[in-house]
Amino acid sequence: MTAHLLELEDVQTQIALRRGAIRAVDHVSLTLDPGETLGIVGESGSGKSMTALSIMRLLPRAARITGGRIRFKGRDLADLSEDEMEAIRGTEMAMIFQDPMTSLNPVYRAGWQVGEPLRIHRHVDKRASIAAAVDLFRKVGIPDAKTRVDQFPHQFSGGMRQRTMIAMGLSTGPSLLIADEPTTALDVTIQAQILDLLRALNRDYGTATILITHNLGVVAGMCDRVLVMYAGRVVEQGTTEDVFVHPEHPYTWSLLRSIPRLDATGHEPLRPIEGSPPDMGRLPAGCKFHPRCPFVIDRCREEEPDLREVRSQLARCWVTQAGRSLDSPDGR
Amino acid sequence: MTTYVLRRLMLMLPVAFLVTIGVFMLIHLSPGDPALILLGEDRTPQAIAQIHEQLGLDKPLYVQYFIWLGRIAHGDWGRSVTTHEPVAQAITERLPATLELGIVALVWSLLVAIPLGTIAAVRRGSLTDQVATGITVAGVSIPNFFIGIVLIFVLSVTLRLFPFGGYVPLTTDPWESLRHVLLPAIALGTAGAAINMRFTRSSMIEVLNHDYIRTARAKGASWRRVVFVHALKNALIPVVTIVGLQIGGIIEGAVVTETVFTWPGVGRLAVESIFNRDYTVIQGIVLLAAFSYMVANLLVDLVYGWLDPRISYA
Repeated sequence: MTAHLLELEDVQTQIALRRGAIRAVDHVSLTLDPGETLGIVGESGSGKSMTALSIMRLLPRAARITGGRIRFKGRDLADLSEDEMEAIRGTEMAMIFQDPMTSLNPVYRAGWQVGEPLRIHRHVDKRASIAAAVDLFRKVGIPDAKTRVDQFPHQFSGGMRQRTMIAMGLSTGPSLLIADEPTTALDVTIQAQILDLLRALNRDYGTATILITHNLGVVAGMCDRVLVMYAGRVVEQGTTEDVFVHPEHPYTWSLLRSIPRLDATGHEPLRPIEGSPPDMGRLPAGCKFHPRCPFVIDRCREEEPDLREVRSQLARCWVTQAGRSLDSPDGR
Repeated sequence: MTTYVLRRLMLMLPVAFLVTIGVFMLIHLSPGDPALILLGEDRTPQAIAQIHEQLGLDKPLYVQYFIWLGRIAHGDWGRSVTTHEPVAQAITERLPATLELGIVALVWSLLVAIPLGTIAAVRRGSLTDQVATGITVAGVSIPNFFIGIVLIFVLSVTLRLFPFGGYVPLTTDPWESLRHVLLPAIALGTAGAAINMRFTRSSMIEVLNHDYIRTARAKGASWRRVVFVHALKNALIPVVTIVGLQIGGIIEGAVVTETVFTWPGVGRLAVESIFNRDYTVIQGIVLLAAFSYMVANLLVDLVYGWLDPRISYA
């Protein structure tokens, strides 16, 4: 077995709250190979972003990695000192965030910010780093790059700011790019442009990408493999095709069914997932999805299933692990 | 930028006009007749009327105001009622001492406040933060004359490290000048330091929670770089407002401190003039204080623009 670029093994991240700790990331394992694109899907609060921030070791003050291993290029990130981690962040792994409106520093020029990783890690001088920023701006499709590097973020549109963030992430040629909901805050037309850009960069530079989103359409168009998260756990994992064609976890099944179809002929009603997202402080016993699950059986209420192989993917579900298929729930 | 400054100066004219009316009225509405003070024991009605005529006090109030305003505009701030020295000269003689005191006090307050406020914000809840908070409460609550007296007693009288009181002009002997100004400046600047520190701390805490701080961390910037390069410039924006008010308030603050340290500045001149009912000098000082507030405000706006590019001068 060859070494993966990134390998998470049973990673646990807890957030300390006044009423006790919650397990934001609960025994998450995943692998990522060079050049690959992995999608992480789930609702708000399912632990997607916390997983990403755990990899970057950029967790908020109250959160802490409490177990598991994160191996990146053969090194266990948990063993690294903060200084060593700083040397990896921004060079070998980069991250772009959900809201480009707030992710750029308002008081510094765009080119200064984009060239900063080069100044920090490659000890390039200011002039050369700004020149590099001009090139990067051209690569990510910002017109009039020479003028733009001298402007401030408030002079940019949302899409342009996200391009700026991507340019910043790419400045040092990282082997891993984590994009946390990179298009959520943008207009639909701009979303498509940003996704095209990410796809092109992945193709041209072979940067492995983790794409975090709640938009299944984005995953379908972008990702080789997908990981579905619910209540801090991975509930299903497989190639995008397998997971989309025959989901083996009722949560994935419900997510796919809830997408409204523009090509539907009749007057199909919207089919939301019943119930509401789980309260992370008071998770139910057994399978965490069982209160909302249309396929629920008695066992689901008592015992939590493991993530096991079901057909060609992994799923955390008693029903599918027992060999039943998810076609239509009983009595509906 | 230049047009902006010019426009701001134009906008200051109406404000300055209102200030002059205020200052003029303040003195004329306050009780007491300067003629009585000038005459001392010889207060015959003829003598009083003669003085009134000399000073123009027999004319209608608005006429007095415009005569006075015309003189002010020409740099003739009148003569001191008691010493007959030109007011402008009396003030400009004292001004360098007050400026030196005020600037050193301000520098002291910022040198203490910005690093301490930043450290307290970064390590909030820690012992450092709590100690800094304690010092702040003390700094604000202890009146500056008391800080002055304690400083004189400990550092000058007991340890003999600093001279107690007195002023040496910067042009005469820079080193001695600095030695003399240090204690009064600390006494004057400590309350401001405490306030600035609180502002720096809370502003820094807020800024450190912003997304762009996480972006900077994701780039691999060290904590020190994140705090001092990415956060500080943002965090200083609200601090500048407060510092601006303090610059304008230097003259008021100096009144007490200059008295304690026998510092021959504008503040002490104000105290002496009030005791002597020397209304021309008081007018001059109040005008100067008002103008320094206006200038400080302009400076604050210019610094804002430098710190925050979202503010445009267009």
